Amino acid sequence: MSSSPMFLGKDLVGLENLSADQIRAILDTAEPFKEISERAIKKVPVLRGKTIVNLFFEASTRTRISFEFAEKRLSADTVNIASTGSSVQKGETLVDTARNLEAMRIDMVVIRHGSSGSAQFLADRIPSNVINAGDGRHEHPTQGLLDILTIRDHRGSVEGLKVCVVGDVLHSRVARSNIWGLTKLGAEVGVCAPRTLLPRDIGEMGVQTFTRVEEAIEWADVLNVLRLQLERMQSGFIPSLREYNRFFGVTRERLDRAGRDILILHPGPMNRGVEIDSDVADGPQSVILHQVTNGVAVRMAVLYLLAGGVPERAEAAKHGE
Amino acid sequence: MASDVSLYTPPGAPLLLRGGRVIDPSAGRDGPGEVLLRDGRIVEVGASLGSPDGVTVLDVTGLVVCPGLIDLHVHLREPGQEHKETIASGARAAAAGGFTAICAMPNTDPPVDDPAAVGYVRAAGLRAAAARVYPCGAVSVGQAGERLTEIGEMIDAGAVAITDDGRPVLTAGLMRLALEYAHTFGIPVASHCEDLTLSRGGVMNEGVVSTRLGLTGIPNAAEDVCIARDLLLAELTGARLHIQHVSTRAGVAMIRAARERGVDVTAEATPHHFTLTDDAVEAYRTDAKVNPPLRTTADRAAVIAGVADGTLDVIATDHAPHHYDEKERAFDDAPFGLVGLETALGLAISELVDSGVIDLSTLVHRMSTAPARAFNLPGGSLAADAPADVTVFDPGARWTVDPAKFRSKSRNTPFTGRELRGRAIYTIVNGRIVHDGAGVTP
Repeated sequence: MSSSPMFLGKDLVGLENLSADQIRAILDTAEPFKEISERAIKKVPVLRGKTIVNLFFEASTRTRISFEFAEKRLSADTVNIASTGSSVQKGETLVDTARNLEAMRIDMVVIRHGSSGSAQFLADRIPSNVINAGDGRHEHPTQGLLDILTIRDHRGSVEGLKVCVVGDVLHSRVARSNIWGLTKLGAEVGVCAPRTLLPRDIGEMGVQTFTRVEEAIEWADVLNVLRLQLERMQSGFIPSLREYNRFFGVTRERLDRAGRDILILHPGPMNRGVEIDSDVADGPQSVILHQVTNGVAVRMAVLYLLAGGVPERAEAAKHGE
Repeated sequence: MASDVSLYTPPGAPLLLRGGRVIDPSAGRDGPGEVLLRDGRIVEVGASLGSPDGVTVLDVTGLVVCPGLIDLHVHLREPGQEHKETIASGARAAAAGGFTAICAMPNTDPPVDDPAAVGYVRAAGLRAAAARVYPCGAVSVGQAGERLTEIGEMIDAGAVAITDDGRPVLTAGLMRLALEYAHTFGIPVASHCEDLTLSRGGVMNEGVVSTRLGLTGIPNAAEDVCIARDLLLAELTGARLHIQHVSTRAGVAMIRAARERGVDVTAEATPHHFTLTDDAVEAYRTDAKVNPPLRTTADRAAVIAGVADGTLDVIATDHAPHHYDEKERAFDDAPFGLVGLETALGLAISELVDSGVIDLSTLVHRMSTAPARAFNLPGGSLAADAPADVTVFDPGARWTVDPAKFRSKSRNTPFTGRELRGRAIYTIVNGRIVHDGAGVTP
């Protein structure tokens, strides 16, 4: 394993351009950071004096808060910028926003933006570290990492596991980060959706395609159930939520028919009764809240590594050494 | 109309082009020869024309002399978006690229949809005193796809074709009327073929690259459905249809089949579609964002084959200038289009001639003779009494694309740093040299 201070490079834009070793190292680095959030005093001095901007051009609650907790528990100074009410809404371009932030001498930017490629765009133009917190339908690498960490926690390893991403794959950055991360670590990945929600030539990304959820469940060891955006119905990709649930919903009955202990993940926020039934989401196979907990640890690991930390020193760094 | 150019570009002194290889596809000529120009007209082409009194002799040894290149598809952005291009800067960029005439698309702000606007474009083109500028008028008022413009009046004011380019003609019903009405006046309808309900917010070709990048794709079918529609309507009406910027393999095949059964159709290939594929979009390069999008290897091969067999009889640039900060955005937010006037000849020679797909005579046909015929323009020929619009180019000159040296006001090209072969040395309009690239490093 490399001990270079630029272990991940300058930025985390996606899992596509990481090696299996780099992904494993991030997950390993997350392990010691998990414990910080269990303490009474949840703060270590790892990023003391660092300035981080959370630049959210799209509404987000969970991802933004998870990043903010990770940053604060590592003692960074953080500023949140949401598009509403900011200069962004007044027509300022992404590049001008970035340059202005840069002029204030920041260290890192966490960006969420509705356009695919926007995180790379920013990373190419400013010297600060850039972390992609979701760009359009492209990637959401920290979500992919926390999904993999959660699967690993429950199954020991992801190698050889069959993981099926069920739902709106077409519009999903989570799906793409899962596909890259899981396949690099040796899992088999499937996708399952009505054909209107499957991207063209998705099979060429090395995944199996299912159009019947029963077959996907029959095949899979793990299901990662995607949120179905309600606007997909308005724009005609599916005729109704009711029909979607009937043919593609992950239900107790369908899981029971498989007769195996299938792990259930969901990146949230859930539409209960649409893509996932409540008795599944709240049932014993669900690790959805564990994903949320792991999210903070994974983001701490990423922040630490991009700030120049090395994986094998994470435990010591926690203690201010 | 051709003589109007004399107002701002008086005919040059009599000029004899000596020592070159003369290519005139309209006469089946390709060989050594001399060309004499006088009073804005071609006087004659011959093996040796002597040294008539008062004639300036231009030594073009080792160069190709051909009828002036004509680009049927450029966006000059004036009126309304002069920060991207003006009619004058576009006409100068055209001359630098070897074009003696260009056709201005009407999707300006406001659009060119009435005779006054057509007259404005024509007058500004004359003042530019570079390449000739022929206006195209809109098909529908405001390019809104609802009712026909005053096509006859626009032709009187100088329009050479009608098109709603930038957008498709929205309904089949309006397209039928446009074809029939334009046919009454003997001009073609140029069609940007795109079914907007299929392209549906797409920003690049739909395929494995768009899937990986998470960008919304535009399927080939968005173009094919509309090409099929327009070919059927041209067949129904007997009118002249010109299909712009063909990018798909099925599109090429349908045009080929339609021409074989007698449909009066001409069609364009752009240098970017015969040179690049959707791989050029990797890393979200907005300079490769163009509509119709760069397609797959199979589509590119079909476009090249279409140029070779004449199905795509016209090479046109779809020159679409944008200011650099408009392209300096996330991919979804950047505008479509790239500049082409100053790289077209080099790309055509490098990609099509050097690779043996077509010979130089066919290249001149696709870039001069065929476009002149498609839009009934003067030129495209070195016959006696034709306009003295001549391009002299060096098919072997090596140069590297450096957008900082473009005459266009815009720099949005995916070809930065690319080494090309072939460039214009002299561009002659109305017998006057409007671009002199001799001894200049491009």
